[in-house]
Amino acid sequence: MTDITQALAGIVGEAYVSNHPEEAYFYARDPGLMPPHAPDYVVVPKVVEEIQEIVSLANREKIPVVPMGAGLALTGLVIPLKGGIVIDMKRMTRILKVNETGRHAIVEGGTSQGLLKSYLEKHHPRLRHSIPDSPATATIAANVMIHGQGRLTQQYGFNSDMITGLEVVLASGQVSRIGSCALSPDWFSKGAPLPDLTGLFLGWFGATGIITKIGVKLYPKKKLRDVEIFLTDRADLVPDMIYELTHTEMVEDINVFAQPKPMIFKDNHHITLFFTGDTDEELEFKRKTIWHSLDRFIRNKDGGFMGVPPVMKPTLLDMPQRSVSRFADVTKGGGFEYSGPIIMVDKYPACAQKILELAEKYDLGYSGMARIIGRSHAMMYGFAFTFNRADPDMMERTRKALHEVSVFALEAGGIFWKATVDEQRMAMEKMDPVTLGLMKMIKEQMDPNGIMNPGNWEVTEV
Amino acid sequence: MYTLKFDENVCRTCPTGDCLVKCQYLHLDKETAVAEMVKIGQGADSFVLNDCVTCYACEEYCRRGNHPFYLITERRQEKGILTAPRAITRQWINIGEPQGKYRLGEVKERVLSFGFMPEFLGWIKGRLFEDVMPSYIFGQEFFCNVVYIHFADTAVIKERLPQVVDNFRKLGVKEVIFLHDECYGAFTQLAPAFGIDVPFQSIHYYEYLYHRLQELKDLIRPLNIRVAYQRPCSSRLSSDQHHFFADIMDLIGVDLVAREYQDENALCCGGILSMNYGYDLAHDVQKRNIDDMTAHGAQFCVFNCPACQSTLGPLVAKQGIKPIHMIHLCRKAIGEM
Repeated sequence: MTDITQALAGIVGEAYVSNHPEEAYFYARDPGLMPPHAPDYVVVPKVVEEIQEIVSLANREKIPVVPMGAGLALTGLVIPLKGGIVIDMKRMTRILKVNETGRHAIVEGGTSQGLLKSYLEKHHPRLRHSIPDSPATATIAANVMIHGQGRLTQQYGFNSDMITGLEVVLASGQVSRIGSCALSPDWFSKGAPLPDLTGLFLGWFGATGIITKIGVKLYPKKKLRDVEIFLTDRADLVPDMIYELTHTEMVEDINVFAQPKPMIFKDNHHITLFFTGDTDEELEFKRKTIWHSLDRFIRNKDGGFMGVPPVMKPTLLDMPQRSVSRFADVTKGGGFEYSGPIIMVDKYPACAQKILELAEKYDLGYSGMARIIGRSHAMMYGFAFTFNRADPDMMERTRKALHEVSVFALEAGGIFWKATVDEQRMAMEKMDPVTLGLMKMIKEQMDPNGIMNPGNWEVTEV
Repeated sequence: MYTLKFDENVCRTCPTGDCLVKCQYLHLDKETAVAEMVKIGQGADSFVLNDCVTCYACEEYCRRGNHPFYLITERRQEKGILTAPRAITRQWINIGEPQGKYRLGEVKERVLSFGFMPEFLGWIKGRLFEDVMPSYIFGQEFFCNVVYIHFADTAVIKERLPQVVDNFRKLGVKEVIFLHDECYGAFTQLAPAFGIDVPFQSIHYYEYLYHRLQELKDLIRPLNIRVAYQRPCSSRLSSDQHHFFADIMDLIGVDLVAREYQDENALCCGGILSMNYGYDLAHDVQKRNIDDMTAHGAQFCVFNCPACQSTLGPLVAKQGIKPIHMIHLCRKAIGEM
């Protein structure tokens, strides 16, 4: 056992430290396309004080630390690019508090989306959070850290907009509380009316600190929930349709998808709408309003609502939607990755055209999928490709296609979501230099030894 | 290319104009009805081509066998008058595209056709079918494609139906019992109307059930329930079989409520109406239909078509009326459910 391993064992206990190659193998990779890189150590702490000690040790010894939730980002954000210590958060899963009337929960940094969902269903059936469509094991903190989106994103923005505070371990090993919890026992605001310091951490992929607690906004959970799917063969009309739908203020979530398989989906764009109500009357009123908002497109024969058979509804209403994961293995061989730039909704037609071009050029299975963010304020457009991991040529074609997506997205005015290292570099090169300088100042101040998830947001090297 | 056998003089000399006079959606007098059908026959413009909601009923109202609905459909297609949003039509054409994924049971000369309705794969069991099963066919290769007349697209039917007929021919079947009206209507009415040869005998499953229940008469325990019948659009293509519904209800001790929207006056389930025309028409029709069932004290709503059941079933259930398919009702009558 090395000195570092011994020191880590002294902090978390021997059972929760490893430098064995078989474990390093798993922590070296994620399910996406990024090349693996093994960590030197893996630790699985239980409490914040242990993380403080680990980070203090790392800072002292100048060893990289990489915080890890469920490792599902697909873009290599938890691959320890420069080795060091992977801090696996999966033992820190306590739901510390749910304030029913204040509609927020405080959870530990390793708490999964599924855990909070099931806890709320059991103990607070009138509350819900914005659950993303990643597998239920995805963690809340990591999702917020990457500015994820979820089922309530059309109404309330990014999941990172729906938080009420953070507890963060800094590179120095100190713990900082961000938001109202910095001076109040109550976690009701992430910033306002104070300076909002959450921006020092969100979107930084752990390069400035490790989230150990998070306050999550909760929202009313209606008793009933339903889904409709509007079809159109004209990508150019999708932004107008989204505009009308968001104007109703009655839709919970809007997703758009277009894919060639199965045949039922070929050649059309599918706007999937979810809406909720406490009574049949409320639900039907919303349904009627939503349908009427698209009447002009129906009259012009430019679109129509498909009949969603009752047998199909449970799949569509599932949260998270498992069909997303099923798509991941359409090609067989378990490879799935998507580039999901955040971009204006009026770019939908261009995105839809681009994915078709790339699928044809590189002979890949694809799915184009968009989630509307806010009231048409933006969307995440996912250029998703499946590939067979046993087929190196297909993997290479997928890499090339995704690189072309990155170039396209940036040129189209989009911003990379959960950017790969290459995309981070491309973004920093295009970014306003004063803004980049500000990021650099922040990074240098907050992580002077460059130990926090190095390789990501390397502003000092641009 | 197959062409519709239509005789303009039959319409010109029609004494009633029933095809449009009885229409539940257009409400025309006899003179207007006849005049419009003659215009349509001549290929002239008519408001009927825009206003028809594709309920199929005029195929039944016309007692002179002149196929008014097929004609309206043909003319719409010629003039590019879309009934459905293009994307809806495209989706349905894709759904019916043969993909080599059909399923065959132990096919004999007598076979059950599930068409392309997967529900039947789970529903068809028990003593009612033991003399035929497991001789069945299922899949797009055996899908009649008649649904496309809802979308004013007979070209797809003309292209695919002969292939479907050929697929049956290759199996060497002599007698096909169709579990869906649309398939039965395709081979007994639409195919002859367009001059497509059918090399087997078609049996409507109502007729089959009626005879089979008579064979199993000793097992029948009268159900003593009050039911409303949701007659599907496609049953208009086989109106000669419609009497079997009431005959079967008599046989299994079911009281068919005498409501307004039954037999010739039946209303659409609303599925196609909502896809083609949006919320208001579909929901008006559905509301009138269900209110009528409720007002006449129906305890069950019996469905013939799984698609109607999928559309209207949840809505009748909310009004306390139990949705049930004809096959399940009959199985219930012989104590299997």
